[in-house]
Amino acid sequence: MTSWFDHTINGLIIGNIYGLLAVGLALIFGVSRLINFAHGSVYVVGAYVGWVAVSVLHTPFPVTLALVVILAALLGIAIERFGIRPLAGAPRIAPLLATIGLSFVLDQTVQILFSPDPRSVPMQLPNWRLEIGGGSIGMLDLLIGGIGITAAGALFAFLKLTKWGWAVRATALDRDAARVVGVDVDQVNRIVFAIAAALGGVGGVLVGMYYNVITPTMGFEATLKGIVAEVVGGVGNVPGAIVGSLLLGIIESYGVALLGTSYRNLFAFLLLIAILVLRPNGLFASRHQLPPEPMTGTFIAPSKPIGLPVPLLAALAAFAIALPLLIDNGYLIQTLTNAWLYALLGLSLTLVAGTSGQVSLGHAALLAIGGYTSALLAADYGFPVWLTIIAGGLMAAGLGTLLVSPAFRLRGHYVSIATLGIGEIVALVILNWESVTHGPIGVAGIPPLEFFGRPLYDTNAIYWVAFAIMLALALLQVRLLSSHLGRTMRAVRDDDVAARSFGISLNRYKGLAFAFGGFVAGISGAFTAHMYSFINHETFNTHISVLALTIAILGGMGNVGGAILGAVALIGLPEVFRIAAEYRILLYGIALLLLVRFRPQGLLGTV
Amino acid sequence: MNAPVNASPITTAPLLEATGLVRRFGGVTAVGGIDLSVFEGELVSVIGPNGAGKTTAFNLISGLDKPDAGAIRFAGANIAGRSPEGIAAAGIARTFQHGRVFANLSIADNVLIGAHGRLRAVRPDWPIIGPLAELALALVRPASVRAEEATLRDEVSEILSLFGDRLLPRIDQPAHSLSYANRRRVEIARALAARPRLLLLDEPTAGMNPTETAEMLEIIASLKARGQTILLIEHKLDMVMRLSDRVIVLDDGRKIAEGKPQAVRTDPAVIEAYLGHGNIGAAAPAGNAATAAPTLPVTA
Ligand SMILES: Nc1ncnc2c1ncn2[C@@H]1O[C@H](COP(=O)(O)OP(=O)(O)O)[C@@H](O)[C@H]1O
Ligand SMILES: [Mg+2]
Repeated sequence: MTSWFDHTINGLIIGNIYGLLAVGLALIFGVSRLINFAHGSVYVVGAYVGWVAVSVLHTPFPVTLALVVILAALLGIAIERFGIRPLAGAPRIAPLLATIGLSFVLDQTVQILFSPDPRSVPMQLPNWRLEIGGGSIGMLDLLIGGIGITAAGALFAFLKLTKWGWAVRATALDRDAARVVGVDVDQVNRIVFAIAAALGGVGGVLVGMYYNVITPTMGFEATLKGIVAEVVGGVGNVPGAIVGSLLLGIIESYGVALLGTSYRNLFAFLLLIAILVLRPNGLFASRHQLPPEPMTGTFIAPSKPIGLPVPLLAALAAFAIALPLLIDNGYLIQTLTNAWLYALLGLSLTLVAGTSGQVSLGHAALLAIGGYTSALLAADYGFPVWLTIIAGGLMAAGLGTLLVSPAFRLRGHYVSIATLGIGEIVALVILNWESVTHGPIGVAGIPPLEFFGRPLYDTNAIYWVAFAIMLALALLQVRLLSSHLGRTMRAVRDDDVAARSFGISLNRYKGLAFAFGGFVAGISGAFTAHMYSFINHETFNTHISVLALTIAILGGMGNVGGAILGAVALIGLPEVFRIAAEYRILLYGIALLLLVRFRPQGLLGTV
Repeated sequence: MNAPVNASPITTAPLLEATGLVRRFGGVTAVGGIDLSVFEGELVSVIGPNGAGKTTAFNLISGLDKPDAGAIRFAGANIAGRSPEGIAAAGIARTFQHGRVFANLSIADNVLIGAHGRLRAVRPDWPIIGPLAELALALVRPASVRAEEATLRDEVSEILSLFGDRLLPRIDQPAHSLSYANRRRVEIARALAARPRLLLLDEPTAGMNPTETAEMLEIIASLKARGQTILLIEHKLDMVMRLSDRVIVLDDGRKIAEGKPQAVRTDPAVIEAYLGHGNIGAAAPAGNAATAAPTLPVTA
């Protein structure tokens, strides 16, 4: 049995590693007001550079560390130069989306180069432990603690004592004023990204040695933890980030001690949501002040939406309906069925993120709620499938809206972070609430789709039903957009302050957007569950949330036709070209990057 | 101390009455204990150098910001600290100094948003299920809802016609495609669509050329003529002199004068404040002000 002493030490060590991430995130937010979702990917790259150094080049530890620092810093500079700087004039959310795209690209590149299998980073230190009271401290613990303290000390010395440190602080205080007094803010950005990436890379190697295992997919969780720690300390607050990290590490460590490993992340995300709701400016913030200018989180590039003529749309729909009769290719039909289901998800997100401006990064959770509701009601309680699918939609609408409602008071990036956290909480509850959700085993033997009591196994029939549902909900959404609700939601998106001044309650209309969108996504998740006959907590993962956002942006935010087109393009084309799964996520990342940079209004224009 | 100097219905209580308003930002006292009242049918102007606290006072009245101290009564009820939605519902509409149109909405939709609080058929105020009923009614759209929407759309055209052919021909264009002056007009149209009991205008002619300013003056005069109660922040003093029943002068967060336009214009404290700051707004450049000793310069 491990003692509380050990749990505390463990919490501090993990907190130290979170700190290496969170400090970088805070520095980057400080100078460029950006939440860098690619930060965890730098940590992954750092871990793999370390692995190559130790296992292939057999470098001694100091050389390993130096290699990691240099290569990670170069990567940071490259991210800043090619990912962030070109977006200087774009909407505030654009660079955030770009960093998500970058994280996909980097993680998948690592995965393609090193395979998805976990690898162990051999420890380069003597394995002695110091016994203290009921617990012990190892050499590695001391080393990680030492590196953390040294890094923090060096960083503060840099910030307080050097010319560039002064420039970084000046830029963080007021970018425009700094520019006016002659600070080279581009150079400041470059320096900050280099420092942040170097710290993140070191965090990656250390975590590899601490847990003795690294995987290409560990970056995303690292980003999330870094963000949680940063939010706890107050976004952009460097000392706050360190305190937030240690606090997070200890809370997680005690939580794991009390309830088990699978609860670790649940504690982190509950802490995130609690802070966002209760103290959105962090634990150390002073009294809340009205932000002097609106910090809108929308990704709406003013553009003229391309209106497709109704006869053309009708012809396309007729073609889609006739397709299974025209060609005999079950694989293609299945692919398109998938595309219609993703189109539903895209419709949902384009309403929430595009029309209403709430850029949700946890949208897959709505699929999960719909899918699990329907699957469990049908499989465990024997309700007819058509009824459980509707129940899935309603549950996603109701529960989804309820869960995100604490985020309604947030704006901009905070909405994205909160929805991401809420999405993770949903997945973790599904994983841990075994008595209802079957936990990690998932739900197997989900009854098949049915049509007026007859089970549907036929590929074409499933295709038609999916298309019909998609079309019906798309038309309903068009009707919604043409009503007063459409203009009200778009007004909330464009300027929530002005909207409130005309009596528009943000809660009510954000809630209605999530309710309608939740229903649409819930139906999609429910349908998918019965089509697959098996789901588990990973079926609807964060990759799907980001894919949904890419679909919505590709089609044009808020654009109903665009969401359908985006789904067909992003789901159908890779399938048609038979692109292997790991390259597909790479492709999604590149698509997101290119879109944000070159065609933010999407194919059909934002509405 | 703040007895209305020039209000016809002296016997009735003011429509808006703010007393002892205070708002500080860190060390800056943006509004330092202002009293202000507006009677039904009156047009009261608030003037003062940049940074005097005029916009902050508007933000407090419209609920976008909360006062650190002071009371605001509107139509008999205390509204200090209420949400902006609640204050809008009580009958106050405003425009914003720097323009806050909904950039991606058409002119028509922008103005319709102004009428949001007046939607009845599609927004039944039932408890709890109200929002869901609203969703259902928006999707089903029964005759009553369609009729309400059609009436409001007619009204939008009517309001826009107030601005001649500045806005009407562009009614379906998105607001981001409009000129700055036209966006300011859309804001006023949007506020009018709310049919407010009190209209707050924050520098409606900022950035407008003399012709456009003269046009705006006519429009505000016509609003006043039909009985609209208006609280106006304006830098262009000739406009203030011609429109106002009463003028309130702020400087550095405090009220330094109040009275009829002519009286305020010759008030030494006011002249001192303006000349001292050398900063009087677009209508009267500093050079001009320096030569005009006894009264504030007004270009007729
Ligand atoms: N949100 C804010 N945060 C900090 N200071 C503010 C804020 N809003 C206004 N101020 C300050 O309050 C003072 C009054 O500003 P304002 O009301 O905009 O003046 P006016 O509209 O009369 O030009 C100014 O010194 C301004 O800098
Ligand atoms: Mg002002």
